[in-house]
Amino acid sequence: MSVFWAICRQHVVLAWRGGHATLAVAFLFIGVTLMPFGLGPELALLQALAPGLLWVVLIMALLTSLDRVFQADYEDGSLDQMLLMPLPLEFVVLAKLLGHYIALVLPLLLAVPLAGLLLNLAPAHLPMLLLAMLAGSPALVLLGGIGASLAVSVRRGGLLTVLLSLPFYVPVMIFGAGATKQALAGEIDEARLAILGLISLASLLAAPVAIAAALRNAVR
Amino acid sequence: MTENTMAKPQKFFLPNPYAEPAHLQLQGLACSRGLRLLFEGISQTLKGGEALALYGANGSGKTSLLRQIAGLLPADIGTISFGDAPSHAPSHTPSRRVHFIGHADGLKNALSVGETLVFDAALWGAPKAAGNTNDLLALLGLKNRAWQAVGDLSAGQRRRLALAKLCLAPRPIWLLDEPMTALDEAGQQLIDTLAGEHLAAGGMIVASSHVPLGFATQTLTLGAST
Amino acid sequence: MLKALENISAFYANPTRFMKLAARLHAPLWAVALALLAYGLFRALHVPEDYQQGETVKIMFVHVPAAWMALFGYSFIFFASVTALIFRHPLGHVAARAAAPVGATFTLIALVTGSLWGQPMWGTWWVWDARLTSMLVLLFIYIGYIAIWQAIDEPTRAARTAALLAIVGFVNVPIVKFSVDWWNTLHQPASVSRLARPALHADFLYPLLIMGVAFFALFFALTLTRMQMEILRQKLRVRRMRGN
Repeated sequence: MSVFWAICRQHVVLAWRGGHATLAVAFLFIGVTLMPFGLGPELALLQALAPGLLWVVLIMALLTSLDRVFQADYEDGSLDQMLLMPLPLEFVVLAKLLGHYIALVLPLLLAVPLAGLLLNLAPAHLPMLLLAMLAGSPALVLLGGIGASLAVSVRRGGLLTVLLSLPFYVPVMIFGAGATKQALAGEIDEARLAILGLISLASLLAAPVAIAAALRNAVR
Repeated sequence: MTENTMAKPQKFFLPNPYAEPAHLQLQGLACSRGLRLLFEGISQTLKGGEALALYGANGSGKTSLLRQIAGLLPADIGTISFGDAPSHAPSHTPSRRVHFIGHADGLKNALSVGETLVFDAALWGAPKAAGNTNDLLALLGLKNRAWQAVGDLSAGQRRRLALAKLCLAPRPIWLLDEPMTALDEAGQQLIDTLAGEHLAAGGMIVASSHVPLGFATQTLTLGAST
Repeated sequence: MLKALENISAFYANPTRFMKLAARLHAPLWAVALALLAYGLFRALHVPEDYQQGETVKIMFVHVPAAWMALFGYSFIFFASVTALIFRHPLGHVAARAAAPVGATFTLIALVTGSLWGQPMWGTWWVWDARLTSMLVLLFIYIGYIAIWQAIDEPTRAARTAALLAIVGFVNVPIVKFSVDWWNTLHQPASVSRLARPALHADFLYPLLIMGVAFFALFFALTLTRMQMEILRQKLRVRRMRGN
């Protein structure tokens, strides 16, 4: 198990030194800042649209960093070594994605409430927003990892990663933004949260297998 | 493992870590990349303490053969077996018995040399008996560079650092892709020393090269039959 | 040496048997497809006007079979990919690759005709109707699949990567369908059944079935032709590599 944590820790250290989290959080805020310019500064309208907008911006911020999650390793030869490590590749993948979650998604989730305030969400709405994003974000990372691993051997594969990942994000988006919207009405939407959690759980079981297969294929 | 060589390597090798597997056997291996047949009918057996040197022109398939043995590249035809263990060729399961050192060194520029060693030790499940970092750095000729960023190392120094996992986690089979590239005389000496220790401990080596390898007990020249 | 090249690199092997079979099937398949298409269109244009939808109901005879083929096309890619991976038969990769643009085109036809059909009813060119939305996501899945083939140069790796995507994408399709349906019923319950088929009596049913079979034949005719082209292209590549 210590191998697992070492891989995870190394990924966190590298992501941190690369300043990925700062970039992603900045991206989140710039995305949110652009919204009122396009939609007009009416507070009621912004509040009504906030759940969807926040999820879209979160997904975009995540996807802009996700395409490099395996590609850096592919390019510098670490991927070869990952296949030889004393841990099945599926778990190596899981360790890296966990590292990515800690280094990148957690800072994003910390920034989301602030971004929500910019879109006129009330502090009372924020816990529910965070809860929905906590339930759905593991699926975003895991499913996005599938797209990233399929595009790993493609130079400048960022757009391809986005194209491959977005169809997988449709359910997460529907239930995530749906649950957040219910939060605006002051309701706790257990059903949607449960489905989000279920999607994350299913991704946890299926995605590492698919990603490992794609990575094995990429190093041949 | 004799006291009189460099004495230091001893700390990094366990007494007799390579009891298994007893040999490495390649039978009728063939490989094609894209539309080209690189080689076919490669058969070779290595026993503990033996080293195979691969020679051949650029593009003759030396790297591909090494990757096949590592399990990174499935063998199109033929089998690779380790000792009495069944062949892993059809299933494409990379072996945990090998170390593969290729052209892409897998080093992270953002880490320091010292951090690289600490992570390497953890990533490869190094036994606790492994020596301390300073001794290993001295062995690799990177003394006093623990704080230097990997990105600032020269090509030769990177090659040396990439060798660290060979010392940290003992594995019976080393696959070295042109290990002498970019190394100065002392660096080539280092490879010879490490290889000698490894073979003396009952390990096996398959190494590609464009220069003669002193430690090789067998040679194979690819692309000669065309 | 050359013989070994063909044996080993099965992907580029000379699939003589398939090419012979394809050459024999090619003309009859196209003949059947075009004849059925002509007959189906003729019948479709002569159905009685629907009292509610008028002439526009005739779009259904293209829209519904196109939607069938959009779904069938992706299932075809999935099964061809699974076959290729499990039985290591390169023809599966060729079939999947050949079918993708065909299926994507049918998806696009279904979307465009759906929009045309709905316009008089909805008064707008696009409504986020559950069926249309799922179809749109399916189009993106198709485009991703085609993009993988184009983005990866090395053909064997491209084939295996595309096959993996086909499999995970196939799992994703019903999940998308389910969640979009759920989303749609919540947001606009009234318009859900707008595009549903009108109660079909025989006047409508037979032309629809004929068009369905015609599109089916057309799908296979197009896919077969594209497979032949792909194999010829690869043979050409092998010839060039050998320098003759």
